[in-house]
Order: sequence, then C-alpha cells, then structure tokens
Amino acid sequence: MEIDPFIFRLSIFILSIFVGYYVVWSVTPSLHTPLMSVTNAISSVIIVGAIIAALSGSDGEVFSSSSIYGFLAIILAAVNIFGGFLVTQRMLAMYKKKKKDK
Amino acid sequence: MSANLSAILYLVSGVLFILALRGLSSPETSRQGNLFGIIGMVIAVTVTFLSVGNFSSGFIYVLIFLAIGGCIGSFIAYRIPMTAMPELVAGFHSLVGLAAVFVAISAFINPSAFNLGTPGNIKLASLIEMAIGAAVGAITFSGSVIAFLKLQGIMSGAPITFKGQHLLNALLLILIVILTIYLCSTQSSNLFWILIAISFLIGFLIIIPIGGADMPVVISMLNSYSGWAAAGIGFTLENTALIITGALVGSSGAILSYIMCKGMNRSFFNVILGGFGATDQTSGSQNKEQRPVKSGNADDAAFLMKNASSVIIVPGYGMAVAQAQHALREMVDTLKKNDIKVSYAIHPVAGRMPGHMNVLLAEANVPYDEVFELEEINNDFANADVAFVIGANDVTNPVAKTDPQSPIYGMPVLDVEKCKSVLFVKRSLSPGYAGIDNDLFYKENTLMLFADAKKMTEDITKNL
Repeated sequence: MEIDPFIFRLSIFILSIFVGYYVVWSVTPSLHTPLMSVTNAISSVIIVGAIIAALSGSDGEVFSSSSIYGFLAIILAAVNIFGGFLVTQRMLAMYKKKKKDK
Repeated sequence: MSANLSAILYLVSGVLFILALRGLSSPETSRQGNLFGIIGMVIAVTVTFLSVGNFSSGFIYVLIFLAIGGCIGSFIAYRIPMTAMPELVAGFHSLVGLAAVFVAISAFINPSAFNLGTPGNIKLASLIEMAIGAAVGAITFSGSVIAFLKLQGIMSGAPITFKGQHLLNALLLILIVILTIYLCSTQSSNLFWILIAISFLIGFLIIIPIGGADMPVVISMLNSYSGWAAAGIGFTLENTALIITGALVGSSGAILSYIMCKGMNRSFFNVILGGFGATDQTSGSQNKEQRPVKSGNADDAAFLMKNASSVIIVPGYGMAVAQAQHALREMVDTLKKNDIKVSYAIHPVAGRMPGHMNVLLAEANVPYDEVFELEEINNDFANADVAFVIGANDVTNPVAKTDPQSPIYGMPVLDVEKCKSVLFVKRSLSPGYAGIDNDLFYKENTLMLFADAKKMTEDITKNL
C-alpha cells in the first residue's frame, strides 16, 4: 500500500513544530523582540503562494479574478519581507557588548 | 525546473529559516542568523519563479508589485522609532494574515493553477486546508488590526467587555466548523465568503476584551496564529518551505505567549477571556486610607546615588512612553564615571511586547551584558544600595509575595524592596495596570520622585 503524500507533509509539519519548540527555547530573552520581527518576516514566505496565484492568468489576461488576489498578496507579503528583515537587522545592529575598560 | 529539485530547494530554505531562529540564541550570532533568513527567502522566491516558468507580461507585473511592497516595507523599517516596535509587529502580523486570506481566495477561485482540481470540484483535503488557512488568516488579520489600534492609542487600551461575549465567541467558532463541513459537501463559494467574514468578526471579538498591559500575550498569540495560517496554506500548496516556516512561527509564538503568561502568573485562558482590572477589582478598593509617602526631588536622588556603590535600574513601559532611554543612559554614564556599579533588571512582561525593554536599552547604547533577566538579578537587590524604578509599577509590587487576596498574588516580581533605598520615578501615586496599590510607595526606604521620567532623569544627571 502506498502512503498518501499528505502524511509526509504532516510528518514534516509535526517534526518542525518540535524543532521550533527547542530552537525557540534557546533564544535569549533579550532577543525576543527581534525574534518576533524575524518570524514575521519568514512567515511571509507565503509569497510563494501569492506568486503562483498572480501568474495563473493567461497571456492575454494578466489580471483575472484570481490573479488579482495574488498580486495584492504579493504587495502585502513584500512589505513584510523587506520590512521584517530590515527592522530586525536594524535592531540587532544595536546590541553591543561592553567595551573593554580603557 | 523539475518538481523534485524545487521541493529540495524549498527544504533548503526551510532549513535556513531554522538557522535564522537558531542564530538568535546569542546577540553575536544573531546577525548571521538574519542573513540566513534572507538567503532562505531569496531561494524560495527564485525557485517559485523558475518552477512556474511563466515569464510573460504577468512576470513583469509580479516584479513591479514586489518592488512596490519592498519599498513600502523598507521605508517603514528605516523610519520606525524603536518605541513603536509593538505597533509595527502587530501591523506586520495583520499583513501576513491578510496575505494568507488572499492566497486562499485565489486558490478557491482558480484551483487548477495550484493543481487542486477544478472550481466546484476541489480535492477534499485541499478544501479543508484552504478553509483553515483562510479562517486563521482572517482571525490574525482583524485581531492584529485591533491590537495595532490599541497599541497606537487610536483605540482605548481599556478592555471592552459585554454580557454573553464568551458565549458569542464560542457560538461563532462552532459556526465556523459547521460552515467548513458544509463547504466540503457543497463547494459553494457563498459559504466560503461567509466563513471568511465570520473569521474576521471572531478576530475582532477576541482582542477587544484584552487590556493594554496584556498586549505582550496578545502579540505573541497573534504571532503564533500567523504561523498556523501560513502552515495551512502550505498544506494547500504542498509547499515544504511554507509548512516548516508555519510550524516554526506557530510554535515560537506559542512559547512566547507561555513565557508572558508565566511572567504574570496567569493562565493563558485567563488572559484571553479578558479584562484584568475589570473583573478582579474586589481586593484593591477597600484600603484607600491615606498613608504617608516620602517624596523627593532630583537633588535628593542625585545625593543618594552619588553615595551608593551599586545601583540597579528597573525600567518599565513608562520609560518607553517618556522616551527616557537616552536620558537614562547619560545618567548611568555619569554614575559609572564615579565608579558606581550599574546594572539593569528586566521583568519578563515589562513593556508592551516580549523583549521590548531590551531593544530600547540597546538603542540607547546600553551594552547587553549589563542587562539582566529577573532570575539572574533578583538576588542582587539585597546587596544593592539604590534601586531606580523608572516607568515600572506592578512588576515591583511586594504584595504579589505577601497578600494571597491580591489579584497579582504569585506573580514573579523584582525584589526591589530589599534594596537599601528605592527611587521611584512616577507621575503620581495612581495604581498600575492591575488596579492595585503598590506597597512599595509607602516603605520607609522609598523615595518617590513625582515627575516625567525623562525630565527627572535629566535633572538627576545635572545634579550628580
């Protein structure tokens, strides 16, 4: 009997939850704000769905009823990707160690 | 590009996202982690373009829309002040939620583009995943919008409650399940729209009863939801990168909510079911008799600190509101010049989001190895000469340890009262968010400094 591909995806999903659980517990509390902004940025990988949706129209009709939603989703996800990663970068650049005594 | 190759590359980008989170275990590796995240995102987007393989006029439009969004995002990221970080994160969550809704709608209208069947005849599993993705996305969207409005101060931060609220929410949730079942048997687009509309309504209803200081929990929870929404869509699209990321973000948000709830010694449901202060006001109001308070000015505070050998600073949300972090840093610089040891104590729920105070102090150039978490520093208060409480209140209240009647009893608090003397910068004697009096105000060794946090800090620096 063959295994449904859904079960494989479910396995990936469950294992990723566990990976996420252990990885996030090891995040130092002082970096919890950057953690939120970076998770925000990476969850915008939903843009792959938006791109597929946006390119679903034919050559003659770029903006069909379904591709318009794709284009809107691309804008939203792009705001998040650029905004999320850049603001994380900006925050992380501020975390400095104590300078050695002069 | 072959389906197998693209699946492997999506897996690679999923692994890079794991490394991005892993990097945050220490500030030294965090920047590299962020870079991994960016690479993962670039891979995922590139692979999607190559596997769709449609470089017609639509492709140009995709790039244009990508650029528009990118410019808006970059502009916001560079301009946003660090104190507004909670609003920003709430706003960003709402975008992820709405994007998930849009992708689900698009997949519902045109399932053949995603290999999910034809309109009106969508594969059952895909339809369920789509409905879950859309519903969670919609809840994330409207919930985050409310959180954003509350944090921004456009909407009152006070909890809004009404009779039958929880019953209504429960009924709506059951309705969503019923609609999903009907949707599967009828494939009716009307049901799909109603499902999304009700989900928007639920998101709105579950956030309005939650008050301002519970926002750390709310933001973490919405962070978690945005992850589950992404994972739902990931199952629909059969995309590993999206499934891995959704699971990571979902569990990350859940853990943060848990840490925040623990920091307040409240159960998750207690926070979600709303209205601290609105429901728990029984014990606070009876002892209203006037008790003597010692108040002082900047000169007294400067004198106390100059004669101290170690000072612990306890920042709270008030510091963010007054934008006092830079003034504070200048004061500390002056103290250090006088060979006074200074450290910072951060309570888990200080501020409006997890890690809020740490970011503000980092912005003011405070080295992160002078900043300590509650467990690390709590024993040091007994040996410190001065505690300088700036903008914090409930998290220092000793009542949490002594009075079982108090609504905050059992909440972990900073042992500020053990210091030889306590300087408390505050505008007035008004109680904090929990609606209870802080016993610390009336202690022998407490000196109240009634003023704006920033102005008071600057004045102390002048007097040092």
